Amino acid sequence: MLSETIFRPYSPSDSLRSDRSAGDRQRHRQKVREAIRENIADLIAEESIIGKDKDKIIKVPIRGVKEYRFIYGENTPGVGQGDGNSQPGQVIGKTHSEGRGPGQDRAGDQPGVDYYETDVTLEELVDIMFEDLELPDLERKILRQVMSERLGKRKGYRRVGIRVRLDKKRTAISRIRRRLAVERRERLGGEEAEEDRRFPFHRDDMVYRHMVADIRPESNAVVICIMDTSGSMDTMKKYLARSFFFLLYQFVKTKYQNVELVFIAHHTEGREVTEEEFFYKGESGGTFISSGYNKAIEIIQERYHPSLWNVYAFHCSDGDNFESDNPATLKAAKQLCELCNLFGYGEIKPLGSRYYESSMLNIFRRLEADNFQAVLIERKEDIWPSFKAFMAKERTREGTVGAEATT
Amino acid sequence: MADWEIRDLEYWDARIREKVEEFGLSCYPQEFEICDHFQMLGYMAYSGMPSHYPHWSYGKSYEKLKTMYDYGVSGLPYEMVINSNPALAYLMRDNSLCLQILTIAHVYGHNDFFKNNFTFRSTRPDLTLNLFKIHADRVRRYIEDPSIGIDRVEPLLDAAHALSLQCRRNLAVKKLSPHEERQRVLEAAQPPADPFQRIHKRQDYTLPDLDKVPLSPEEDLLLFIRDHNPYLSEWEKDLLTIVHEEAQYFIPQIETKIMNEGWASYWHRQILNSLQLPQELHLEFLVRHNQVVRPFPRGINPYHLGLKLWEDIKRRHDDPTPEEREKYGTPRKTGTQAIFEAREVDRDVSFLRRFLTEELMRELDMFQYEPRGDELVITKVSDKDGWREVKETLLKNVGMGSVPVIKIEDADYTHNRVLYLKHYHDGRDLQLEYAERTLAYLHQLWRHEVVLETAVNGKKALLSYSDKGFATKPLK
Repeated sequence: MLSETIFRPYSPSDSLRSDRSAGDRQRHRQKVREAIRENIADLIAEESIIGKDKDKIIKVPIRGVKEYRFIYGENTPGVGQGDGNSQPGQVIGKTHSEGRGPGQDRAGDQPGVDYYETDVTLEELVDIMFEDLELPDLERKILRQVMSERLGKRKGYRRVGIRVRLDKKRTAISRIRRRLAVERRERLGGEEAEEDRRFPFHRDDMVYRHMVADIRPESNAVVICIMDTSGSMDTMKKYLARSFFFLLYQFVKTKYQNVELVFIAHHTEGREVTEEEFFYKGESGGTFISSGYNKAIEIIQERYHPSLWNVYAFHCSDGDNFESDNPATLKAAKQLCELCNLFGYGEIKPLGSRYYESSMLNIFRRLEADNFQAVLIERKEDIWPSFKAFMAKERTREGTVGAEATT
Repeated sequence: MADWEIRDLEYWDARIREKVEEFGLSCYPQEFEICDHFQMLGYMAYSGMPSHYPHWSYGKSYEKLKTMYDYGVSGLPYEMVINSNPALAYLMRDNSLCLQILTIAHVYGHNDFFKNNFTFRSTRPDLTLNLFKIHADRVRRYIEDPSIGIDRVEPLLDAAHALSLQCRRNLAVKKLSPHEERQRVLEAAQPPADPFQRIHKRQDYTLPDLDKVPLSPEEDLLLFIRDHNPYLSEWEKDLLTIVHEEAQYFIPQIETKIMNEGWASYWHRQILNSLQLPQELHLEFLVRHNQVVRPFPRGINPYHLGLKLWEDIKRRHDDPTPEEREKYGTPRKTGTQAIFEAREVDRDVSFLRRFLTEELMRELDMFQYEPRGDELVITKVSDKDGWREVKETLLKNVGMGSVPVIKIEDADYTHNRVLYLKHYHDGRDLQLEYAERTLAYLHQLWRHEVVLETAVNGKKALLSYSDKGFATKPLK
């Protein structure tokens, strides 16, 4: 005979107390984050993250947190069960369908193919990316920021001032106060208060708002993406450029409240385009880099005056410029450096093409501006280091902040 | 709240137990705990154990389960039973009365199986819960010890987990003591007895190398490392023991998945059918039952396969068709005798080998598939020519068959304390990325070079992991 079965009823307090996996979950998340950081260079070069929606969810394959064991390889046959009409030669699935063959049930404690990916939002990923960038200086100091002077911060009240700043309410209150004081004094002195006595405003009643000039950092930034869209820029080059722009945009976005994007495509003439056109529309023809720079200068002067905007400009090209345009380019670049917080040039040369194509890197060497940086990107692994180098430029420029505080 | 109270459960439990006894099942005392789905997820992540040592992998499995549950990829199991005495099972608070009755009946099936199947003899069910608790306490103590800490415990557990299933599979085979082992080696070296000794040339007898470590190839990797790596500290040895013991506890469950689930499904159906449930409960039961035991499209559902097998065995013994009578002879046992015997003496491999017939395979439309490029293609079906091969492939993949057999051959390879392991290749190659990373774990535990002999694409190869990292070379 079986002994009595015990039923232990549900107790909600146990349920609250028994979240024992919390610690292990946290440790696991920590490991996921570490793994993402290790693979960051690969990740940012993946096309999937280049988009700008911060809530976009990215699937990140995690290598660091797999549980390795000795397992059999993929060429192992398995056994399955069909609906009655299975024939040899029939295709039943893909090798990598969610990492586990449709065959055996490999759940539970059996080792299976440990296919694992995690979802992170773009925002989270960008956080981790910039954590990896190790910008300790940057976090302590602020980025170079444009200071703008505005009149308009109120600071207390004054007895004198100009008419428009008269504070009517306070003025009325102080008149009432004065009248009450006068009436009281008269009552104490035994004087009979006069009914309907006029009690006009006095100069002492007047209260004016006081204004001071306000100097505050502008939290507006604009990222100007300039790209060579001439015939020589193929998809691969554009893709590399795109990754770089993405990083720059994301980075600037973490530092400023209001970030705008401008896309300038140029071949022999520069023009402003939409993002779509910028990345997908190829054009043909030669290249005048100066045309793109001049367009940028024009746009900055028109809409993003450096006194109100922090300007970040970056130009991607394959370095193929008409010889005759080089002096003009250099001149325009110099001008851009004066207008921008940071101006960069990325030369995109997929591996191998570097030796037989002309390069702008040599020409830009002559450009003496401390907020200019030229980088060479040969393959996607270079993007991250290049970006770091580019940002390092920003870091070393902190000394100039004070001097350029106001315009 | 669901449509039942504890009272209802007690009522139905009493009726189910009447049936359990009537059918001749023999169970441990049973305890049920009512839990909500968060607790259920928690129990699942920790293999059902009320207390278990912490490790990030359980957090990972919790997250995985929760994601699947949240997105509706998989529901929660109705039941979760621990092989212990008394057996402990969880019932989900939100399940309907019918599901609870079904679960309770199913749990008694598992309970009976745990108590009677031979593979579970070695699991010491009386101590299970305490054992896991003690392990948890010890691991926590090491983590809290300022001279050890999580940063050293965790990597060791990572490595130990990677190797935990590299151990002896059949726990019913006695592990020899070092002394017995020597005896065995000496006896094996003796020339076979020869009745015509006097007229034959004397046979060569070479004394076996008794200094070799291990004397015969060793499958318990963690224990071997624990006993033969002098550089491990006591707490490290203890962690290896803990991980090994927990793996040993779960091996019988891995080895009997199909039988066990089939057995429980068989009995929950028998019991519920005999309970004369009210009609609405009975209809819901039929729906639920069919959900549990439906075949996975193009896969193997252990519930389904197991149930089919038990049914088939019973039927073939009680009521064989004339063809079966001709092919397998007239059964000498009744169906009930046959299934009760099999539940005691078989594990999945032997069970399938003995009872999965050509006819049943054809009825279940079992096939073998292989990868071709990036597609999985059916290569064999259960017809007259193919069924044996399909069956062999299935046997290779059940239970511990999906864990490669890897044994330690020599702990002092090249007289340099290199650990030499051999993969007993059965036609299936190792997954090399995993092999590399697992060798790294082995290296971490052995603290010296490790070498693994295996075959890749039909050629023998040596994979090694030393301080310089991973290397492969072909082997002549």
